[in-house]
Amino acid sequence: MSRRWLSRILLCFVAAMAIGVGRAETPRSVFVMAKSLDDLISLDPAEVFEFSGAEVIANLYQRLFRPNPDDPAKPIGDVVETWAVSDDGLDFLFTLRLGLVFASGYPITADDAVFSLRRAVALNKAPSFILTQFGFTPDTVENRIRMVDESHFTLRLDRAFAPTLLLNALSAGIASVVDRATIEAADDAEWGHQWLRTHAAGSGGFTLRRWRAGEFLLLDVDPNQPGAPSALKRVVIRDIREPATQRLLLERGDIDMARNLGPDQIAALRGAPGVTILAARRARLFYLGLNQRHPNLSRPEVREAMRYLIDYRAIAETLLVGRATVHQAFLPRGFFGALEQTPFGFDPGRARDLLAAAGLADGFAVTMDTRSDPIALLVAQAIQATMGQAGIAIEIVPGNAKQVLTRYRARRHDIFIGQWGPDYLDPHTNAATFARNPDNRDEASERTLAWRNGWEIPELTRLADAAVTEADPARRGAIYADLQRAVQADSPFIVMFQENELIAMRDTVSGFKAGLTSDQTLYRTIEKRR
Amino acid sequence: MSGALRVAKVLASLAVTVLGLIAVTFIIGRVIPIDPVLSVVGDRASAATYEAARQAMGLDRSLAMQFWIYLEGVVRGDFGTSVVTAGPVIEDIGRYFPATIELATIAILIGVALGVPGGVLAAVHRGRWPDQLLRLLSLFGYSTPTFWLGMVALAIFYAWLGWAVGPGRVDIFYEDLIPPVTGFLVIDAMLEGEWVIAGNAVAHLVLPAAVLGLSATAYILRMTRSFMIDQLNQDYVLAARAKGLSARRVVWRHALGNAAVPLVTVIALTYGGLLEGSVLTETVFAWPGLGGYLTNSLMSADLNAVLGATIVIGVVFVGLNLLADLLYGVLDPRVAW
Repeated sequence: MSRRWLSRILLCFVAAMAIGVGRAETPRSVFVMAKSLDDLISLDPAEVFEFSGAEVIANLYQRLFRPNPDDPAKPIGDVVETWAVSDDGLDFLFTLRLGLVFASGYPITADDAVFSLRRAVALNKAPSFILTQFGFTPDTVENRIRMVDESHFTLRLDRAFAPTLLLNALSAGIASVVDRATIEAADDAEWGHQWLRTHAAGSGGFTLRRWRAGEFLLLDVDPNQPGAPSALKRVVIRDIREPATQRLLLERGDIDMARNLGPDQIAALRGAPGVTILAARRARLFYLGLNQRHPNLSRPEVREAMRYLIDYRAIAETLLVGRATVHQAFLPRGFFGALEQTPFGFDPGRARDLLAAAGLADGFAVTMDTRSDPIALLVAQAIQATMGQAGIAIEIVPGNAKQVLTRYRARRHDIFIGQWGPDYLDPHTNAATFARNPDNRDEASERTLAWRNGWEIPELTRLADAAVTEADPARRGAIYADLQRAVQADSPFIVMFQENELIAMRDTVSGFKAGLTSDQTLYRTIEKRR
Repeated sequence: MSGALRVAKVLASLAVTVLGLIAVTFIIGRVIPIDPVLSVVGDRASAATYEAARQAMGLDRSLAMQFWIYLEGVVRGDFGTSVVTAGPVIEDIGRYFPATIELATIAILIGVALGVPGGVLAAVHRGRWPDQLLRLLSLFGYSTPTFWLGMVALAIFYAWLGWAVGPGRVDIFYEDLIPPVTGFLVIDAMLEGEWVIAGNAVAHLVLPAAVLGLSATAYILRMTRSFMIDQLNQDYVLAARAKGLSARRVVWRHALGNAAVPLVTVIALTYGGLLEGSVLTETVFAWPGLGGYLTNSLMSADLNAVLGATIVIGVVFVGLNLLADLLYGVLDPRVAW
């Protein structure tokens, strides 16, 4: 090795030591967030269906509509400016805003909107049902989704749905408007799907500089978009999965925000200098699913007794500490028509009476499939303890997320403890799964949560189906209230809590908005001061 | 036996081992109670979407047919596409493995540099205080979980004292600035003439490599001590001393020379272990290596990635074993090749 190289290597080590003792601080123009991106498998809006992906594409793309957190029954036009519906409720005409452009510089036209919707249906990925529920199929998209001119396109539904439902569905990630010209220039096979999984072609205020799975995701501010932040130039999401590591990075100032801290880390950071904690209400629900194929769990008295055997308040206040709010209906707070009453509390005496009435005074044994994450296990253990007071012996069966879901989807569980987040901001998204089961056979094609728990409900299914075609918002809201009351009173679902995401950040950060759903978390309002 | 025949025998043995590894890994991947389709379509896909994905993944075919198709791909160097990274598994491995090799190589160098002299010293001073002290340190390094050690090291040297840089392979602001040539960030940065980034990458290596190196040191020290005690009790050592050779020459040349043969196997296997077993250290230090890739793939039921990474690690292990066998012939003339 030459002397020159040796001196260079020495220089590296000297630089390394100098860097080591330097105080870390992120530049003002760069916002650095630590987040576990373990659920991020694609950035194609036609495929994205998990929390992290939904949040990222919300910042990369504009959608036809966007959710309206102030009035969920009235989504706001994003790329769409105005809309009209025919008298029979089947045909919708959309007019696009003028002057919108993609990050590439191409104008956004009705052709892009039509291309985006057609490819989402044709690709038939996981979220495609959000569009296909309106009767679109790969064979019919050419006729039912049509461009009129540069700024107008039409949709023809197979039956009359509540307009709010369609508009809310068009505010989901799958209705992101993609840049057709850019995609086709990059990859003209299979609607550009492979290319779009790791690239972006949108107008959401940020461009994707690089996504390296397991490492980081870099977003650059698109200065051409209206409302682009002036000081912020880049958002960096570091894929850090270990909560303790996230905490150390935040305390040292190497990151501006930590998104996956556990109860211990949050407790340690409360009151820490330079750190603030934000509790953001989310739409995710914690619930129990009781398999109705189990001889004991199918008895109404047992289902009711179990509702009185959970110490909701103690779990929320002492175990989850700000991470959840007691909530007992399948529509989360913040949703149109959400029921906010919480009629059930911890009452072991009443539960014992109900079990005795079911002929189970001595209790029984069941298993509970639980994801091996600290929060789920914590709640499961608390439930195990309180159910035990009435003789219900729960054996917790831990497993990784996929393992537990495999059993749940195959209806092989006794009790499942899990979380559910809505797909878009319309009450139908949760009603369609908690209160709807059109076919309870094993070979059914629609496998809702009600199906997974073997709950046969022809009446509720009819009611849920009626709600999607009810155009009058007040009557529609009343139907969802009835559905929630019915499910709350007697069903295999014990909805317990609504999640609050606890986010720790440096006190130099302001303007971060975490919405009710992942896709309402937008980065463009973030500001950093020195 | 002719040279060509011996080489053919070794290659045949290697092929059978790798084939067995692929078969066992493949079958385990198919029988675990996790539905791999869920990774592709998610939890809420319709039955039609689910079925389409299942067929696209070839899971509707017989196990034998699935294995045959997979084997054909492996022979062509195609391990399939990863669900987690949305890219070809072979490309993922090409990206993640250098990070692991970088870390493991520094760790094994630390292990050898400290473990071998430490083990010799302990053996020479057997039963006395240097031996007791080194055994205690070795026991600590060997029995302390690297996960915990990593957390404590970060808390002390990064968070508290500020002497070390934080987790990751390089500061986030330097990410994406160095085009990958070799995949080894330090080398690639040097090739680009980016000395500050190279220095930053070295700074990021120090703490995780030291943590991993400590456990490697502990094991190598213990084994060196054991081998050396065995050698120092041999008659030839007594004869060498009787001939008037210096103590240094007897210990470092004769005894260590003979202990080197089994020691090479220990070092090779420790290196292999570091290449595949640094999962927890990689997690704590957010190090984008193969261990973390394998773990994340396992948790996501990304079977192509799991199979690909396992096969690569297995092949490396087999290769290191082979290398150790070859070195026997160099270190000990009695071992004929």
